[in-house]
Amino acid sequence: MTTIETRPTTIRPATEYLDPRLNAKIPEGPIERKWERHKFEMKLVSPTNRRRYTIIVVGTGLAGASAAATLGEAGYNVKCYTYHDSPRRAHSISAQGGINAAKNYRNDGDSVFRLFYDTVKGGDFRAREANVYRLAEVSMAIIDQCVAQGVPFAREYSGYLDNRSFGGALVARTFYARGQTGQQLLLGAYQALSRQIGLGQVKMFSRTEMLDLVVIDGRARGIVTRDLVTGKIESHVADAVVLATGGYSNVFYLSTNAKACNTTAIWRAYRRGAFFGNPCFTQIHPTCIPVSGDHQSKLTLMSESLRNDGRVWVPKTPGDKRPPSSIPEDERDYFLERKYPSYGNLAPRDIASRAAKEVCDEGRGVGPGGLGVYLDFSDAIKRLGKKVIEERYGNLFEMYERITGENPYETPMRIYPAPHYTMGGLWVDYNLMSTIPGLFVIGEANFSDHGANRLGASALMQGLADGYFILPYTIADYLASTKLPKVDTSHIAFREAEAEVADRIKRLLNTKGTRTVDMFHRELGRIMWDYCGMARNEAGLKRALELIPELRERFWREVKVPGESNDINQELEKAGRVADFMELAELMCIDALHRDESCGGHFREEHQTEDGEAKRDDENFAYVAAWEFTGLGTKPVLHKEPLIFEYVKPTIRSYK
Amino acid sequence: MNLTLHVWRQKNPQSEGRFVTYQAKNIIPDMSFLEMLDVVNQELIMNGEEPIAFEHDCREGICGSCGMVINGYPHGGHRGTTACQLHMRHFKDGDTITIEPWRARAFPVMKDLIVDRSAFDRIIQAGGFISANTGAAQDANTILVPKQNAEAAMDAAACIGCGACVAACPNASAMLFTAAKIAHLGLLPQGQPERYTRVVRMVEQMDKEGFGGCTNIGECAAACPKEIPLDVIARMNRDLLVAKLKGVN
Repeated sequence: MTTIETRPTTIRPATEYLDPRLNAKIPEGPIERKWERHKFEMKLVSPTNRRRYTIIVVGTGLAGASAAATLGEAGYNVKCYTYHDSPRRAHSISAQGGINAAKNYRNDGDSVFRLFYDTVKGGDFRAREANVYRLAEVSMAIIDQCVAQGVPFAREYSGYLDNRSFGGALVARTFYARGQTGQQLLLGAYQALSRQIGLGQVKMFSRTEMLDLVVIDGRARGIVTRDLVTGKIESHVADAVVLATGGYSNVFYLSTNAKACNTTAIWRAYRRGAFFGNPCFTQIHPTCIPVSGDHQSKLTLMSESLRNDGRVWVPKTPGDKRPPSSIPEDERDYFLERKYPSYGNLAPRDIASRAAKEVCDEGRGVGPGGLGVYLDFSDAIKRLGKKVIEERYGNLFEMYERITGENPYETPMRIYPAPHYTMGGLWVDYNLMSTIPGLFVIGEANFSDHGANRLGASALMQGLADGYFILPYTIADYLASTKLPKVDTSHIAFREAEAEVADRIKRLLNTKGTRTVDMFHRELGRIMWDYCGMARNEAGLKRALELIPELRERFWREVKVPGESNDINQELEKAGRVADFMELAELMCIDALHRDESCGGHFREEHQTEDGEAKRDDENFAYVAAWEFTGLGTKPVLHKEPLIFEYVKPTIRSYK
Repeated sequence: MNLTLHVWRQKNPQSEGRFVTYQAKNIIPDMSFLEMLDVVNQELIMNGEEPIAFEHDCREGICGSCGMVINGYPHGGHRGTTACQLHMRHFKDGDTITIEPWRARAFPVMKDLIVDRSAFDRIIQAGGFISANTGAAQDANTILVPKQNAEAAMDAAACIGCGACVAACPNASAMLFTAAKIAHLGLLPQGQPERYTRVVRMVEQMDKEGFGGCTNIGECAAACPKEIPLDVIARMNRDLLVAKLKGVN
């Protein structure tokens, strides 16, 4: 099912949802001309004037580091912030598999349109067409840029770049650097950023956490931070603020995200008036190492690229406890190959995750607790030899063995789905600007390009597209067309935000309760996993909406945060982040409850086809849900941005 | 299993540190080393004490945040393993474990097991890059890189900047770290134009930060969780010599 339907279609009259604050500002014209035309129509800041502007970039992952470096190269004054000791530690570094680009170096029929098509379809028709097209369009320049920086991508013997395939695509368009693609791309961006820091064009604030956004006269004008070494609360002024602060999968406590990943920056911006887009769209990644016990502090991803050569199976009989090697071929169920013969083990993530959950729910799961399925390389080793498999996945196999103590060359890996990525995030228009003028949001922190499910190797693509090639243009347009009064940190808005931040810290430290931050975080994660995880239903979400406010209330009454505020205090840092997760969790459940359809990673049990696939409701839900904060404990206001599909006709997403 | 820990505790850079003994109880072999510390910390918090401060983030061995000397070995001394990937199955019931921060003048202790590694960032800022402004690049496949060079560059580029090499070196030298970046970029055609200025500037910065010199002991490569080969240092010295002969400064 990969026919391309280019006939313009309209789901329902767009006027029905019109909300002036949600103007996506999509340029006119045919989709393949929109970005080109928009680039010409946007205003520019002259090279000599750029140094008069200060831009704050929060976060130094792929999106933040690439944006800060590029803005620095252009000549803006850039101030860049990270809570890590070094910009190189951002969580983009953990991405393993690769980065997509429509280069068609394999001559296998890839094109910008096909990458666009695959991404819109992969996102289950809940992304904005114009944004996705632009992403596919700039994908090629990303590879060029990264190679020029010295990113050591995998090569053929001829010296040309190598590619591999990834889930949800029938072409090989993924560029990779062993199983460390994210690391190498991030180091490329980090080095470009370091160069600008060395030149004095970017001022780097390490070990500095953004704790609030400052809005003056309706425009984002700065941030309030805490110095994580001295505890000092400080204000920083700018002409525009860019948030590149990543996703919020850690709301589940156990996820593949790094321990410090959090929602605080975007949540504080939401509280200051930025709308939150599709908060319930979260991605559960099918190939993670299963939980081994209550002590578990995080989950480890095994790259999706493993599904190129690994076959996923469980025993046919529930409760079959024999070791995998003693289960004969005809008693194994290669369920992805059975259910999705054309994509097989490379079915998209949401579909593969749900299929794994289904067989485990039937009692056919393997390993402790029955929460796991096999990912078996024995056929590939037979076919290609151990050496080839080692070359392709050696470091992943080693990592697996280190964690589990089992050798995947000899016994199949055990994998299970885990929260991995959040498609939802702050709502942005085509220019990547939020509903607060002057506040731009890039990378995973925004909601924009992946709809209800992200395809593998597309996160790196989006982060770098936003940072290197999109934001630097659109932010110039904003600066050139806006007259900003001069403000400094003595402005009352800064003073008030600082006081609020200080007050919150004091409250956390003074509660002196009886339970640690981690205890609350685990409890929250449990609620979210049970009721707002891989499968959701009305009763469960309603239950979660009772449990979360109650937990939040207990948190503020009973949390125990040791230490002081004027010192390195990791528990205090964690406490502030978990407090924000407690608020976000509620919004996620509200959104999941309101979206009375199944789409992509959002699977409402009430809406499924006979064979258990997600059943979309385009009639009623072909829109972006953008939520507006109205105060804690009061229901947020829902705004709808209609999604109009002119180029890819929404169909039942089939990978059979 | 139950363990006895001797942990370095130090309030801040100014104060004096000391070893404090803790009992880690009911530790499960499947736990990672950091998860074992989590258990100890949770108990400390419940007892009204400050938890042991240590850096960590991805817990997958790639971010380079974690790093502590475990029984005298950076990251615990298992081949190719960071502290976060070290699992408790390598220890046995009743073991005594000593845990301390990296020890190097250029890495001052900030608190407990946390050290300041910003010197590494400054070495990269001095020249650890290829100056390719965004947008200037030609099509990626116009630059051909022989597979073996790409592989060797990748071997060096795998460095996670954790600092174990410095901690392992009796001279607290940062040669392996610096040389890994120089090798990564110098092995690629894109890295040639700045090859000699890069080595001069990075080595200059490295010396300025107070790292020691290399005396070819090889502890760094043995301790490196990414197994960066020692020969990158020879390569750096060669490049430095050529740069000096060429009069690059």
